[in-house]
Amino acid sequence: MATAEIPYQETVPLHHPKTWLGKWVFSQDHKVIAVQYGITAMAVGLVALVLSQLMRIQLAWPDAMPWFGPDEYLSAITMHGMIMVIYLLTAFLLGAFGNFCVPLMCGARDMVFPFVNMLSYWVYLVSVIVLLAVYPLMLFTDVQPTGAGWTLYPPQTITAGTPGADWGIVLMLASLAIFIVAFTMGGLNYITTILQARTRGMTLMRMPLTVWGIFIATFLGLIAFPALFVSAVMMLLDRLIGTSFFMPAIVSLGQKLSYSGGQPLLFQHLFWFFGHPEVYIVALPAFGVVSDLISVHARKNIFGYRMMVWAIVAIGVLSLIVWAHHMYVAGMHPYFGFFFATTTLIIAVPTAIKVYNWTLTLWRANIKLTVPMLFALAFVLTFIMGGITGLFLGNVIIDIPLSDTYFVVAHFHMVMGVSPILAIFGGIYHWYPKLTGRMLNDTVGKWHFYITFIGTYVIYFPMHYLGFVGVPRRYYETALGEVYPDFYPASAHDLNVFITCAALVVGAAQILFIYNLVHSFFWGRKAGANPWGANSLEWRTPDTPPSHGNWGEQLPSVHRWAYDYGVPGEETDHIPQDVPRRAAS
Amino acid sequence: MLIAALLLLVVVGSVIFNFLSPWTFLDIGSNWALIDITVYITFVICGVAFVILGLYMVWWIYKYQYQPGRLAEYEPENPKLESWLTIITTIGVVVMLAPGLVAWNDYVTVPPDATELEVNSEQWRWSYRLPGADGVFGHAHNKYITVDNPMGIKEDDPFAEDDIIITSQTIVIPIHRKVKILLRSKDVLHDFWVPEIRAKMDSVPGMVTYFWFEPIREGVFDILCAELCGRGHHTMRGEMQVVSLEEYETWLDAQVTWAEYKSGTLPLSDEAQKGRSVASEGGCFACHTLDGSTAVGPTWKGLWGTIVELEDGSSVLVDEEYVRESIADPNAKIRKGFAPGMVAEELNDEDFSALIDFLKELVPAEETSEEGAVQE
Repeated sequence: MATAEIPYQETVPLHHPKTWLGKWVFSQDHKVIAVQYGITAMAVGLVALVLSQLMRIQLAWPDAMPWFGPDEYLSAITMHGMIMVIYLLTAFLLGAFGNFCVPLMCGARDMVFPFVNMLSYWVYLVSVIVLLAVYPLMLFTDVQPTGAGWTLYPPQTITAGTPGADWGIVLMLASLAIFIVAFTMGGLNYITTILQARTRGMTLMRMPLTVWGIFIATFLGLIAFPALFVSAVMMLLDRLIGTSFFMPAIVSLGQKLSYSGGQPLLFQHLFWFFGHPEVYIVALPAFGVVSDLISVHARKNIFGYRMMVWAIVAIGVLSLIVWAHHMYVAGMHPYFGFFFATTTLIIAVPTAIKVYNWTLTLWRANIKLTVPMLFALAFVLTFIMGGITGLFLGNVIIDIPLSDTYFVVAHFHMVMGVSPILAIFGGIYHWYPKLTGRMLNDTVGKWHFYITFIGTYVIYFPMHYLGFVGVPRRYYETALGEVYPDFYPASAHDLNVFITCAALVVGAAQILFIYNLVHSFFWGRKAGANPWGANSLEWRTPDTPPSHGNWGEQLPSVHRWAYDYGVPGEETDHIPQDVPRRAAS
Repeated sequence: MLIAALLLLVVVGSVIFNFLSPWTFLDIGSNWALIDITVYITFVICGVAFVILGLYMVWWIYKYQYQPGRLAEYEPENPKLESWLTIITTIGVVVMLAPGLVAWNDYVTVPPDATELEVNSEQWRWSYRLPGADGVFGHAHNKYITVDNPMGIKEDDPFAEDDIIITSQTIVIPIHRKVKILLRSKDVLHDFWVPEIRAKMDSVPGMVTYFWFEPIREGVFDILCAELCGRGHHTMRGEMQVVSLEEYETWLDAQVTWAEYKSGTLPLSDEAQKGRSVASEGGCFACHTLDGSTAVGPTWKGLWGTIVELEDGSSVLVDEEYVRESIADPNAKIRKGFAPGMVAEELNDEDFSALIDFLKELVPAEETSEEGAVQE
């Protein structure tokens, strides 16, 4: 233990901003940057939410919106997917939670490179603007948003049969490349801060699991995002100067194109070498947040902390060698199926261990059913559902009938849409009091929780069964006049209508959440320094909300792990990390 | 305790839904029962795990509610329990994975007695090729594709002459004969999928991909495209008929070989030939056929000069004015039985008049005399 050493950040001076602009806009304070990331991600997330509602209306009532044709539908699925995965989930879990939690939980004054951290946010904002610029451009030019699907598979991405194949795709690829620059600046900061700027006594194995999740997720991001970056650049070259990285000789809608010799599968490998770790870039921080939420609100230590840490590390490593399970029907060499099915099912073991340990943490606990706890519990159940359907799709032969159907849509929404969003909501309800000094309204929060949890479950659980029936995903409509009538039973369409109704309710319920965020900011109950009675360092700041530099004169000293709840023989049910051990023990 | 009750409802409700749901796999039409069995094993193991974990959560949330002053049990870890859980999970994973890998081995190992069927895919239609009497396909590549050679078959390849060319969207295969599907694509990724067969595979331009199956029951099955292929993805439908061997032979006799196809190409005037190129390069053949078969759009064969029924019950004569309007504003008049969805095009006068000549020459000579005959 390095208790005698002086923490790095006590050796460097902290420069306080001198202007209002420097304090609140071009701020280098990690907490302000976290809020900027959070608000931007939520705003762009609302765009994705509206798009999803349009898609659902189209699927339930195909004639309701005559202006919403196949082009609009495909653009909507593309933009919705891309926003949710990259610009909302990645940006929120790492940009907002990462920025807020890492320095506070590690006992640091700020990120190690505050200026780079500020740049990270502004570059992220540029990427969002470039991404959404396509909508105003649509009004004045004939630029269309790309409808290539969020997977952007060539050759269709840049050929005439796809909406937005001329300039929409260029904007999308440019935006992604810019986002990756922003992510890299943020990611280097998280890793350096976790490795270099922990306070005295904060060993790696005393770090809260939230920090562990963010730490490994950031590693994955720094390994995986470059693969997306190069594939975006290569596709831009194919599109703009006529190279043939991904483009073989093709005849597109009667036109012979001048490409030859390229390999569409190369793109898919690059994309999923990014895309699968991306799932865990989103999942691991969510795992961490939920672990902490369950432990704090169940008033009990997280069960099997060391196993939880090693499970995160094992999942992180394994996630780099499972990518081609997204490509079982892509036409790659069939023997890859054996390898990737095996690695994919192996990754289920550490993942299952995490689920067991969350559940076992509830055993003989003293559970407070606060709003953050409700979200954490809902996360666990939703994640179990999303995880076990992953065992279907990961097992190569089962993927054959189910891939590209609504089973896949249901699976990935459960596991990587709803689950991380429940974790994000839980985290917001949990940390809002520290961030603002005020509590969120409990009643509104509970309504928001019940509608969101039950609503999303009844949207996605029945959707798996549409996949068994064989309804393909990414279909604008399934009936084509009298020539090709619907190929699945009419009852399946009734189910679609039901799902859309549930989706509209869940969408509308998010107004409650936004209302709660805004209203409580001004009129919420005062929170105090540690309303949940939590142990980790962010609840031990001298000021609430924490001031610039977080800790006043001296950084805190850590004497124990973050999970000393219900320690026998103690007066309180929790002992914060900076409380010294008694001399006797 | 609302949350415990709700979680219980979710767990129990999911199980009940599963057993009462009318939505499940369509009746299997191929030899791939092992896929269904693997799905079943996975269903049981995952279902049991889901119910057990869910019920434990519900029970403990109910039982260990907050009481002021009570302390939770302090047990940071329990290596024995954790090891057991790891072992049980590993066993469950192996039981699911093993039959899956056995089935996959079957799936990628094509039996030597399988016959070959080439499926050609393009935006947004299917066409097919059989190797013909010699059992060998002529070499084909996208670089050879022309208006008269839609599958890109290499000229002067002797193996190609007897290949059977099927340009309609419907393919017929005999029951109980193993078939290896070879997939090619002209343009983008597609995926040949018949839900009842269970099997599917992407077609990738520049590659030939494959899968195999043995049809085990007769019937008419929908062919769907399962890989996003652009704005017409959802319209890319076809039909697979599984028939007895005798019916198959009859059907096969009626198909044309590559040699016949080449020589039987319609003798077109230069102007009409130009019109055909205009249509091809405009992508019209993605939806309109020339052989009388129905695709996403109405066929052009014999269309000119007929009176066609529209969606609103009225009728219209197919003349220059109608064609011009349908190209510029496709949704103005929708043929009865077809869905709107065509993209408007702009044609200059020269191309338009060539196109009209082409449409005129698509009407067989004996029918041109009956100007205004009602087309069914």
